[in-house]
Amino acid sequence: MIGSSSHPATARPGLWEGPVNDVDVHVTVPSVQALYPHLDAAWIQHIEEREWEGPATALLYPPALTAGGGQTASRSPDNAQPASGAATTVEDVLGQHQDGYVILNCVYPIDGGPPDFSAALAKAVNDWLLAEWLEADDRVRASIVVPTRDDPSAIAAEIDRVGGHPGFVQVLLPARSGKLYGKRLYWPVFEAIVRNDLVAGIHWGGSNDGLPPTPQGWPAWYIEEYVAEVGVFEAQLASLIAEGVLQKFASLRVALLESGFTWLPVWMWDLDRNWKALRREVPWVRRPPFELVREHVRVSTAPLCADSSTELKYVIEWLGSSEILMYASDWPHLHGDDLAVLLGALPLEAQAKVMHENAREWYRMS
Amino acid sequence: MNSPQAPGERKRLSGKYVVARKQDLPDGGRLIVDVGGRAIGIVNVDGKLYAFLNRCPHRGGELCKGDIISLVIADEPGAVRLDSTVKFIACPWHGWEYDLETGQSWYEPGNRPGEQRRYPSARSFRAEIEGGGRIAQELASGEAIAQSSGEIIDAKKHRVKGPYKAEMFPVDIEDDYIVVTINRS
Repeated sequence: MIGSSSHPATARPGLWEGPVNDVDVHVTVPSVQALYPHLDAAWIQHIEEREWEGPATALLYPPALTAGGGQTASRSPDNAQPASGAATTVEDVLGQHQDGYVILNCVYPIDGGPPDFSAALAKAVNDWLLAEWLEADDRVRASIVVPTRDDPSAIAAEIDRVGGHPGFVQVLLPARSGKLYGKRLYWPVFEAIVRNDLVAGIHWGGSNDGLPPTPQGWPAWYIEEYVAEVGVFEAQLASLIAEGVLQKFASLRVALLESGFTWLPVWMWDLDRNWKALRREVPWVRRPPFELVREHVRVSTAPLCADSSTELKYVIEWLGSSEILMYASDWPHLHGDDLAVLLGALPLEAQAKVMHENAREWYRMS
Repeated sequence: MNSPQAPGERKRLSGKYVVARKQDLPDGGRLIVDVGGRAIGIVNVDGKLYAFLNRCPHRGGELCKGDIISLVIADEPGAVRLDSTVKFIACPWHGWEYDLETGQSWYEPGNRPGEQRRYPSARSFRAEIEGGGRIAQELASGEAIAQSSGEIIDAKKHRVKGPYKAEMFPVDIEDDYIVVTINRS
């Protein structure tokens, strides 16, 4: 039963007693030294010489904030960082006896920076995930961390290197990518994703080497950055549709993670409407975009962006599909999500789909 | 059934109307003429003449002043080609597109696939116009009208059939004159 932890998204004993697949659970690399066993000596020397402490994830998730993506306090007795160990994390998220899977997304923003160092770090993080997490608990699955966005062939190579491992079910693509993912530059990446039967998971954030969430640059405050990201997801989705990625890679599965979803249906109406008017630009898009999205895209439920089941019910109805949502807690980040609001907005027959079935099917987890 | 004639409505007159000389309407040209009290547009596309009631079934725009557009198709991303055998006339008001050959409209706006029609039907169109569609530049603001039974996907041409049909008239050239025929229904 979900609800044994102190996380607001899950802290409702008795709310949901069926299986749970949580598609967005975060992993923290505790320190760059944790990666040393998986790094070449040359890179270790480089790190030591530079006194490099790893990418600044605190910029993406302010650790002390109690909302807006801040990290919840760890419950582990040794006061370790939350989401830094397999045993405590799985228990935190699923509880001791919960049936289901967690999908780990390690936000380790190395998608900028020197390309070879970035590729070495991506490899190290993935090998660390394999050794410390995927081997530790069979309820754990993970997303592949990819190297710099400037080198799509290196991204594809890393996908091919580890994509065959059954523990990896997804490729983690930062929402802020410098160039839109529909561009042909990235097609080798999608080719590799399809080749390895993985999901393309576009996740909140991106490198902190200078990619702001708005074309006008960096907002002044975190609250602005937090809500501005929706525009980034919209642009990425429009790009995948209009550039023909979903036609070129007809079996491609996409997941939007930590994107929220309340914006989706209304925005898709606009895209559908304008597709009718502008379809001559993109004649390979033969079906209304929303139809394509329902077929190719799934969206995680966190952040929920809603406080009322009554209101959320409309949005969910507008999605026009009970297949499209996948439950996520975004552990250990806090968004103020209330599971009761989500469940209260779902028709009874859709609850099991959202809580576990849709993710099981999308990520081929049995 | 004899429905009372609305005030000011002109009686339809069947028959053949000589509306212009052939040379008045060169290739690519168009004419809007008064025939039996109704504005009818005649377009010459690649030497072939088409006559439409100059009133879009959607909101009454001057249909015959719209662009003539060929179908653009692509079997895969980037492989764009023009199918000049399928042409539309697009209403200048909201972009509804009507097949030049049949008057059938394509790309109905507003409704999502499988959804019950949200808009009231436009009874006043029923007598004259039978079907149609548009591309939707316009907001689906509740003014679109639908009476058709559902989405019809033309798999070959990748088009979506709409609810309207623009009224067309036989148009011929007889002795170098353009003749429009109206059959009273």
